[in-house]
Amino acid sequence: MPQSKSAYSIPTKKQKPDTYIFVVWVDNEAGVLARVVGLFSGRGYNIESLAVAEVDAVKNISRITIVTTGTPQVIDQIRLQLTKLVPVHKVAEFKREDKGVIFKEMALFKVVGKRNKIEKCLNACKKFNPVILDETKTSAVIQITALRREIDKMNKKLKPLGLISTSRTGAVAMTRGAKIFN
Amino acid sequence: MPKLLTGAEIVFKCLEDQKVEHIFGYPGGAVLPIYDELKNHPSIKHILVRHEQGAGHAAEGYARSSGKPGVVLVTSGPGATNVVTALTDAYMDSVPLVCISGQVPTHLIGTDAFQECDTTGITRPCTKHNWLVKDINDLSKVMHEAFRVATTGRPGPVLIDIPKDIQFAKAKYKKPNKENKLNGKSHNKFSQDQIVELVKLLSKAKKPIIYSGGGVINSGPKASHALREFVQLTGFPITSTLQGLGAYPGDDNQFLGMLGMHGTYEANNAMHDCDLLINIGARFDDRITGKIDEFSPNSKKVHIDIDPSSINKIIKVDLAIVGDVTSVISKINKTIAKRKNGHSKSNKSNIAKWWEQIEKWREKDSLNFINSDESIKPQHAVQRLYELTKSKDTYVTTEVGQHQMWAAQHYKFNKPNRWMTSGGLGTMGYGLPAAVGVQIAHPEKLVIDIAGEASVLMTMQEMSTAVQYNLPIKIFILNNQYMGMVRQWQELLHEKNYSESYSEALPDFMKMAEAYGCKGIKADNPDDLDDKIQEMIDYDGPVIFDCHVDPNENCFPMIPSGKPHNQMILGPNDQEENKIKGKGKALV
Repeated sequence: MPQSKSAYSIPTKKQKPDTYIFVVWVDNEAGVLARVVGLFSGRGYNIESLAVAEVDAVKNISRITIVTTGTPQVIDQIRLQLTKLVPVHKVAEFKREDKGVIFKEMALFKVVGKRNKIEKCLNACKKFNPVILDETKTSAVIQITALRREIDKMNKKLKPLGLISTSRTGAVAMTRGAKIFN
Repeated sequence: MPKLLTGAEIVFKCLEDQKVEHIFGYPGGAVLPIYDELKNHPSIKHILVRHEQGAGHAAEGYARSSGKPGVVLVTSGPGATNVVTALTDAYMDSVPLVCISGQVPTHLIGTDAFQECDTTGITRPCTKHNWLVKDINDLSKVMHEAFRVATTGRPGPVLIDIPKDIQFAKAKYKKPNKENKLNGKSHNKFSQDQIVELVKLLSKAKKPIIYSGGGVINSGPKASHALREFVQLTGFPITSTLQGLGAYPGDDNQFLGMLGMHGTYEANNAMHDCDLLINIGARFDDRITGKIDEFSPNSKKVHIDIDPSSINKIIKVDLAIVGDVTSVISKINKTIAKRKNGHSKSNKSNIAKWWEQIEKWREKDSLNFINSDESIKPQHAVQRLYELTKSKDTYVTTEVGQHQMWAAQHYKFNKPNRWMTSGGLGTMGYGLPAAVGVQIAHPEKLVIDIAGEASVLMTMQEMSTAVQYNLPIKIFILNNQYMGMVRQWQELLHEKNYSESYSEALPDFMKMAEAYGCKGIKADNPDDLDDKIQEMIDYDGPVIFDCHVDPNENCFPMIPSGKPHNQMILGPNDQEENKIKGKGKALV
């Protein structure tokens, strides 16, 4: 095969992608998550993490938080395409660097080993509000809440101390102060 | 206490309240209760197709030519999967369709039951929205919402999947609720300031061009009126996308013809050199823009569209006006009229030079071709068809390929909703069933499918539908024995390696016509062409017209992808100087 003979034009100059967090309020109905996720995969957008749960049982509203990367043009498209979905009520997006917004992930670490190793683990997690959810003589399940990068780091750091299993959520987000997303 | 109705009765109640007169469908196990109910509703006529894809395209033709939503009724499993191509086609070209599909009973969903498939899962990416109705009490609400979603904003297809037990279950019927809004999503989001800004741009422009698209057609006949007034008020040149043809009269002097890959020399050059580009209801499709980095490099760009996600998707624009084309253009026209003394006189002299330039491009006569006495040239065939049918209010559908482009180039449309073609998805086999749908909507009008022999074979079985309902559609096949557009690209870009683009063993279309019980006409001599076309037009009934044309003809002009608008390949007269070379070759 000599060279590609595509029927389409060449891609234009690429802009630099940034990380953004999308918060989407949707009707909590069957298939709604598939619609949102399908939009991302179908249009070639990226999902780094995803968190979803019902937040208003009376109005039947779920809140989806998606961490994604894209150029400003792609981010615009994601917002506009999401807004077009029928069960979507509201879409907010912000940059990861945005100081006005808190975002957190939670992780559960299962550590197996002697008491002193578990103590060391707890110590290492001190900055991230460690909570022991389960404890035996030879094991512990530790919960922390932190930023994605911090959890990544802890995940590495605890390995030699007996970490055998990690479970973590996607990021959730909330604005600082009295204002809310609009 | 109000009467309880079955699901099947509710379906028809809703269709009646939505003023549906025709549905296109095909029965099967999972929709039998709905088919059983059909006899009790004489105001709704069911058109039995021969394949569910045909039902979808027929409904598209019906919708595009009438402005009303097309309604499709299919069974579960294969019925639903067969309609997927038509739903995708409607989604790409923004055609309002409401597809009702049967589903296995709710207790069998997920068990791999007979003729079960995940219909809402399969159709999720090719509909505006879809519903699986699991509770009979939701049915009337969902049905009415489906019609609203399909027809409001940027129109598109929707699907309602109704399990068989829901069709039998009983509930109260609820009438459509008019105040319900789509989560409060309104469509006109523009301000008077934006209109004023646009009018300022209009008055400053020296080299303006209007580029209109299918959005003008979708906005209704009023939009075309407003557009005509706007073009007249400004004196600007106007070009149109494939889908927009007919919104502005094709034979008017201000109309530069279609733009894009097979658009005219004057339209594409004007797009490239302009200083103000006004996009009305089009979406900067890749067949229009060519090379994006060099697309209309020196212009201010204005985009009027009802769909906010179309704005800045491909081309960054300077002014975006989100709204329904009719409302936006009417506002603009009013604003221009108010400032009458300032704008309308001075600007026309501003652009006199621009028109001189355009006339120079026009002299290239880029749609020309070398005619022949011996064989019928396909362009000539379309031109003769146009000349012989232009006095009638003719509706034209097409398949996809060279014949489609020749039809777009040489058939001049003067009214909206007269031109039905598959632009976005490019579905071969669209035209014949679409013609069926158009003829259902307009029983007294002349409906012609300009077809290619390869495309038309994909949905040929719908001739049987046409014969059953005595629909006098005319299938005008430009038969060159090749998948013409494939052959053209292979000739120009793949060293004439005609890999699998020649159709051996084509059927005898005359005998085929006979077999279907319609009329067959064959033409292979240019001298007889006019008489034969006239014979086709005069015949009261469906016709298959087998027009044998020169198999080696190419569709020009052409912008190779990877090239900007001002580097087109023109017809045979200019070809020697403009061979596609090097990089461009890799990119078409």
